[in-house]
Amino acid sequence: MAVITVSQVKKSFSTLEVLKDISFSLSSGEVLSIIGPSGSGKSTLLRCITNLETVDSGTITIGGDSLVTTGSDGTAVYADHATIARIRLRVGLVFQNFNLFPHFSVMRNLTEAQVHVLKTSKQEAQERSYELLGKMGLKDKASAYPYQLSGGQQQRVSIARALALRPQVLCFDEPTSALDPELTGEILAVIKELASEHMTMMVVTHEMAFARDISNRVIFMDEGLIVEEGTPEEVFSLTQNDRTRRFLSRFST
Amino acid sequence: MAKLLMLMLEGTLTSLRIFFLTLMFALPLGLVVAKGRMSRHRIISSIVNGYIMIMRGTPLILQLIFVYFAPYYIFGASTDRFTAVIIAYAINYAAYFAEIYRGGIQSIPDGQLEAASVLGFTKFHTFTHIVMPQVVKRIMPAMGNEVITLVKDTALAQTIGVAELFRVAQNAAAREFSTMPIFFAGVFYFVMNAIVSKSFDFIERKLDYYR
Repeated sequence: MAVITVSQVKKSFSTLEVLKDISFSLSSGEVLSIIGPSGSGKSTLLRCITNLETVDSGTITIGGDSLVTTGSDGTAVYADHATIARIRLRVGLVFQNFNLFPHFSVMRNLTEAQVHVLKTSKQEAQERSYELLGKMGLKDKASAYPYQLSGGQQQRVSIARALALRPQVLCFDEPTSALDPELTGEILAVIKELASEHMTMMVVTHEMAFARDISNRVIFMDEGLIVEEGTPEEVFSLTQNDRTRRFLSRFST
Repeated sequence: MAKLLMLMLEGTLTSLRIFFLTLMFALPLGLVVAKGRMSRHRIISSIVNGYIMIMRGTPLILQLIFVYFAPYYIFGASTDRFTAVIIAYAINYAAYFAEIYRGGIQSIPDGQLEAASVLGFTKFHTFTHIVMPQVVKRIMPAMGNEVITLVKDTALAQTIGVAELFRVAQNAAAREFSTMPIFFAGVFYFVMNAIVSKSFDFIERKLDYYR
């Protein structure tokens, strides 16, 4: 069953066409990696799905409800505020720069949205947060502040923060790009573990070996278009596409 | 001597009333002005911008005289002197505070707003719980400057005849043919500002629990 369906999405920043007709879908339990050179539109695509950017036209459906559809004049028609507020919580997002709230403790970073958005009781939110921190190996950091943590620990907190809202899909926007190789391994291990639990995920990444290992499916994007889409084997080993080959030749995977 | 001290304490009390009342009105008003200045509506932002230009571009003493005398020439009735002082100071300081708030608000990284948006916080909750607490920490040094200036600016209230500390000291100096009362007044202002400085240090230390 498709959790996210993206169809004919177009997006421009003034005269620059960032997304030119993107269509794909993401099934429940699937791990999808999006690879491609910088500026190919990968992050913008993720930001459109998480409603941080608006599309110019096309449709995006999340968990069976439309976030945006195309009107009769060809432009994007967004759902009403209440609907957006409801369905956007189905998609969690982990940022490249973590974006933890620096003035909140780790615990409050995790509980704030549970309490104020989901209206969970404070106690229940704390229990859920402890459970997630335990899973991330950070149980002893609950009362720490983000600046006291390493980059890898901060990123694990931000993954826990996203998971705390029980999203149907977890999106990662270059989750390891701000980290050194050692810390990168830390985060990739966490994502791998989530994959083994069949968490539905969409990962924008420059870690080719990782994309090959954990994904069920890989999308290669270039200049706002999906150039190739397939299993990791199809994209990384068997590709006949020149552009894909040229891109991958720079990585010794 | 004791009588002079009593008079000066009375004047100080007036100065302090001006100080606290100005803060009470200017601090929240500044936030409204900052929001207006950052408004996406061209008309609103340019009106507010014009207001800030006037408040910062003309002397406070002139604004004070204007606020006190303009109603008399326009409506034929004047406001109470003390009220005029509070109005003039509040609208003047709100303009300065607004620019400090704006600087603080715009210094919060977009990522904070994006994280709040993805987590489903309302705009209001994001502003009150994510943005403002971080703004307060960032603007403390600049606010300290303004608040210290306000303590000294209370001396201008004598222009329209409010008997604050400096006016009392000047009267006493004229009466006794001595500059001592003026010197005393200087000590009073210094002590008040020492307290203000220490208070700001204290708040900054309190907010030092995160970076």
